[in-house]
Amino acid sequence: MTREPVPSSETAPADDDAEDLYHRAPCGYLTTAPDGRIRRANDTLARWLGWSVEELCSRSFLDLLTPGGRIFHETHFAPLLRMHGEAREIAVDLRRRDGGRLSVLVNATMDRHADGTQGAVRIAVFDATERRRYERELLGAKERAEASEERARTLARTLQQTLIPPSLPRIPGLDVAAAYRPAGDGSVVGGDFYDLFDLGQGEWIAVLGDVCGKGAEAAVVTALVRYTVRALAIGSRQPSRLIQHLNEALIHNGSDRFCTLVVARLRSEGRGWRVALSVGGHPAPLLLPADGRAHRLAAGGPLVGVIDDATYVDHDLYLGPGDTLLLYTDGVTEASGAAGFFGDDRLLDVVDASTGHSAGAVVNTVLDEVLAFQGGLARDDIALLALSVP
Amino acid sequence: MTAVARHHVSVSGRPDGPPIVFVHGFGCDQHMWRNITPAFESEYRVVMMDLMGAGGSDLSSFDPQRYSSLDGYAADITEVVRELDLRDAVLVGHSVSAMLVALTQLAEPDRVAGLVMVAPSPRYIDEAGYTGGFGEEDIDELLESLASNYLGWSAAMAPAIMGNAERPALGEELTESFCRMDPAIARSFASVTFRSDSRDLLPRIEAPTLVLQCTDDVLAPVSVGEYVTEQIPRGSMVLLEATGHCPHLSDPVPTTEAIVAFVHDLDLVPA
Repeated sequence: MTREPVPSSETAPADDDAEDLYHRAPCGYLTTAPDGRIRRANDTLARWLGWSVEELCSRSFLDLLTPGGRIFHETHFAPLLRMHGEAREIAVDLRRRDGGRLSVLVNATMDRHADGTQGAVRIAVFDATERRRYERELLGAKERAEASEERARTLARTLQQTLIPPSLPRIPGLDVAAAYRPAGDGSVVGGDFYDLFDLGQGEWIAVLGDVCGKGAEAAVVTALVRYTVRALAIGSRQPSRLIQHLNEALIHNGSDRFCTLVVARLRSEGRGWRVALSVGGHPAPLLLPADGRAHRLAAGGPLVGVIDDATYVDHDLYLGPGDTLLLYTDGVTEASGAAGFFGDDRLLDVVDASTGHSAGAVVNTVLDEVLAFQGGLARDDIALLALSVP
Repeated sequence: MTAVARHHVSVSGRPDGPPIVFVHGFGCDQHMWRNITPAFESEYRVVMMDLMGAGGSDLSSFDPQRYSSLDGYAADITEVVRELDLRDAVLVGHSVSAMLVALTQLAEPDRVAGLVMVAPSPRYIDEAGYTGGFGEEDIDELLESLASNYLGWSAAMAPAIMGNAERPALGEELTESFCRMDPAIARSFASVTFRSDSRDLLPRIEAPTLVLQCTDDVLAPVSVGEYVTEQIPRGSMVLLEATGHCPHLSDPVPTTEAIVAFVHDLDLVPA
């Protein structure tokens, strides 16, 4: 906006004169009755708005506001003033005589008489054109940032869904259940994954693992691992051989990301299942026997995707009726809460109490305990896969 | 969480008296009734609440779906009325809450003996044959105004707002929180409020209804108050010589007198 020059000191009244201080103040200043009718206004405000002081005094403060601003005034500004006697840093647009608008910040106080009735309202008006323009830019930037964050969250969710099967297959004679919880609010794709698929001829492969790191880059490796395992399973019937080939594939992939995983091949035998499993750098699965204490299998092996000629071994076991095999990621045991780490012993205690329950019950119990331990919010991804013989 | 806890409900006055429920409008919280409620506490059971997003309400319960129309806000009032098992209650609603208490009356006709609508408007936006006083673009402008005025609002404010538990004296901390709302909720509530159209529910209100109309209110002009009164079968209007949208703050004495006269006529207090 253009401003008329302030009169030079030769024509202006003495600068310590109260009238002069009032009218030539570097802010707009007006006084209204409690109902908003303008009683006095200074020259600065009149000049900014293009009205004369006399013209301003025939109006109400509300008349100077835009319709939207009037709603804000009536729902926020006026109640605040009446309740507290003052309102500060209220952003409004004032209407100028030429139809333009002046963005201002106003501070206001309301007098209160000795008998409690409301008196004059004094309003100081500060030109905030530049500040408001900047604030609008800030608000726009904030909105764009929020929208882009939402897109990133959607992307992470979509990506994550490709890393685990949409639903587990139904396997006659085997009760299976799985759970996955992303870390925090799920805005970052995690590295945990699991899979369960049919090899044909009554054989199944169960896989659960963890690619180091998080985010899109880790997700690319997780997808590679999941589909490589599916492809290798056709030719490498022994889990140890499968992991060995996966190790080579990961090293040749050129990424410096490695993974840990458990691969188990299951074959129906008698009333239960014959299991061959191999472990690559991953926490060994837990066995919950129908009769006896839950315990960790004595199985281990090197990380996958680090050493060129790493070798892995197969472990054989038989799951009879009432037995459960539980595969899990370190998001369970390394969960930390007020009481320290969740830890191996606590996990064993929890699953021991679930022995004989369905696979779904075991998975839910562990998940609930681990989440409760961390105050409801997972600090790392959690993946669980339970296989129970009914 | 119960609705009573979620909406920071406060109950005072005579425990066995007939209940009178005060619901604030958009922009503020239950403290705005402080000049009105003392007149009722000797005879009535006085109930106040904070609408979702305002005052001491539980912000974590905000669900964009539930609160995408006035029905969600009204359901909160209805839940409070049910949880407290109120009978023959008088519901007093300011501004948008005039329509909210009407929705509660329709949902629970047996629990509600009368309505008081302070500065009501069933429709703010002009339409052919109806003058609400505003256009669509004015509402956009309001939302922009809210955005720039809530700019300084931050998550750090939330605990202060939540902390106003036991109706504190109006001290410093309240100055900070009064008329402040979570900006996202305020935006949503403003949009729902000022774009809503509640005209069709007025003829269905069965309870005796008092419309308290100010002579000079830019949000709810006299013509709108007259329209509301005509549409409600048992509606009556009292015109207050008052400027502005909050007669309970600007002119508490005549406002209180009008409400007292109305509830006395309902004959709820046993002789």
